[in-house]
Amino acid sequence: MKRLLPVLPALWLAAFVLLPVILTLKISLSTPATAQPPYLPVLDWSAGIEGWGSFLEALDFTNFETLASDALYRDAALSSVTLAAIATAILALIGTPIALAMARAPERWQPRLVALLIVPFWTSFLIRIYAWIAILKPEGLLSAGLMKLGLIARPLEILNSQGAVLIGLTYAYLPFMVLPLYAVLTKLDPRLPEAAADLGAGPTRVFWTVTLPLARPGLTAGALLCFVPMVGEFIIPDLLGGSDTLMLGRVLWSEFFSNRDWPLASAVAILVLVLVVGPLILFREDEATEREAGR
Amino acid sequence: MRALDRIALTCGLGFLYAPILILVIYSFNASALVTVWGGFSTRWYGVLVADVPLREAAGISLVVALASAALATVFGTLAALALDRGGRFAGRRVFLGLIYAPLVMPEVITGLSLLLLFVGFGLDRGLLTLVVAHATLGLGFVAVIVGARLRGLDRSLEEAAADLGAAPARVFATVTLPLIAPSLAAAFLLAFTLSLDDLVIASFVSGPGATTLPMRLYSQVRLGVNPEINAASTLLVGTVTAIVLTASWLTGRKGSA
Repeated sequence: MKRLLPVLPALWLAAFVLLPVILTLKISLSTPATAQPPYLPVLDWSAGIEGWGSFLEALDFTNFETLASDALYRDAALSSVTLAAIATAILALIGTPIALAMARAPERWQPRLVALLIVPFWTSFLIRIYAWIAILKPEGLLSAGLMKLGLIARPLEILNSQGAVLIGLTYAYLPFMVLPLYAVLTKLDPRLPEAAADLGAGPTRVFWTVTLPLARPGLTAGALLCFVPMVGEFIIPDLLGGSDTLMLGRVLWSEFFSNRDWPLASAVAILVLVLVVGPLILFREDEATEREAGR
Repeated sequence: MRALDRIALTCGLGFLYAPILILVIYSFNASALVTVWGGFSTRWYGVLVADVPLREAAGISLVVALASAALATVFGTLAALALDRGGRFAGRRVFLGLIYAPLVMPEVITGLSLLLLFVGFGLDRGLLTLVVAHATLGLGFVAVIVGARLRGLDRSLEEAAADLGAAPARVFATVTLPLIAPSLAAAFLLAFTLSLDDLVIASFVSGPGATTLPMRLYSQVRLGVNPEINAASTLLVGTVTAIVLTASWLTGRKGSA
């Protein structure tokens, strides 16, 4: 009975998570064609071993060569990683004080604060990003407000720029950074910072030498939860970035929907996977070291 | 509470809620210009109610969300049980990785890879493919939520039932299931919300005749800001907020949070 438990979910996951990724890898090595499905080669099951032979022969790395040689894709990859990294850094910077404040809040407030943080996180992503268009556009609320205050003379040209994408990324992923940080900070033994303070360390020194090192697992988890999906983000660059901001998620989308180049879109997908698998492995090792150290 | 903490919380929560509040406020704007306040009005809700394609899209979204959340809850709970009770079965690490993969994988990849699977097997894109894709997305979230509850469970209750002669199936139905029921409900609601909210995966795996609400909203959002979308968003935000509050109330009960 116990042995049968994993069977059904494992079959589902193999069919709808593992197999699709393998197929994507296969199609990333194919050539686009005006056919249904729009790529070649298609494996001919009836041809047996011979079919496999000619099928494998027809696969090549052309799409990855295109990705590597065309400046468009290089720039998209570079700006995806750069924007995701900058946004993750900003999030760490603003997320830490928020998580710390939550962890230090009176205990009866804490569940409510967590709920307050989670509600927008489950509220339509599309709508939350759409809301920023009305704020950031030149005749929008931000420019109007700043002009009324006399801080700027002309409307801001921030919508359709990388700045707007950074604001969108920071906004959308804030809970992903704060929640793991809070989870670690709330379990932190309050006697440790107290002891440091008793021994004469100022609040800044306590933070840098005691709180932050202890909060590191939360910070890494948060950074990972933000960085990985950000690299492949589509909605934010599409709605806030204008035509100049290229990110891999958007390139994949337009190769697929506009150019109908499924093999190239698949190659972009594989590239994103490779880009994000790196940080994931680093994280696992980090986690393993933490566990070792904890023993 | 320290002053700095207070500032951090106010700014953080203000940043999170201000855009949503502005959106809600401007959905009651009489003016068609989204950034000029023209007085209070509910006219955009009237426009919304008369918008047949949008209503149809909302209907499709609801059906897909209900079906996919149900599937995700069943399979996700089985996965959580397997991880908590299944001992060290072969391939446990791979299994764990596959559960977590859809949680972090960029949506464009999930969407594209599932589409390639459906096309590769000659499946027509439509409601069925949408349900399967969203169930796969929700499964991982369900497994995490139910798994957390299972780990926090007092095993002596189940042992007591077994000692008193209940067969494993009876123990599960009369002891385990009632104990994890709140987390099942919460997990179902979250899978439901995820499905209701998804644009990217749906755009890949859906076909003609199966346009979901986010897909419909997206096609209008691309044309620019429009007060009818603000009204639709307000309704959606209200619905989701109600669902999340219910879910957090359910998980928060009996100290299971």
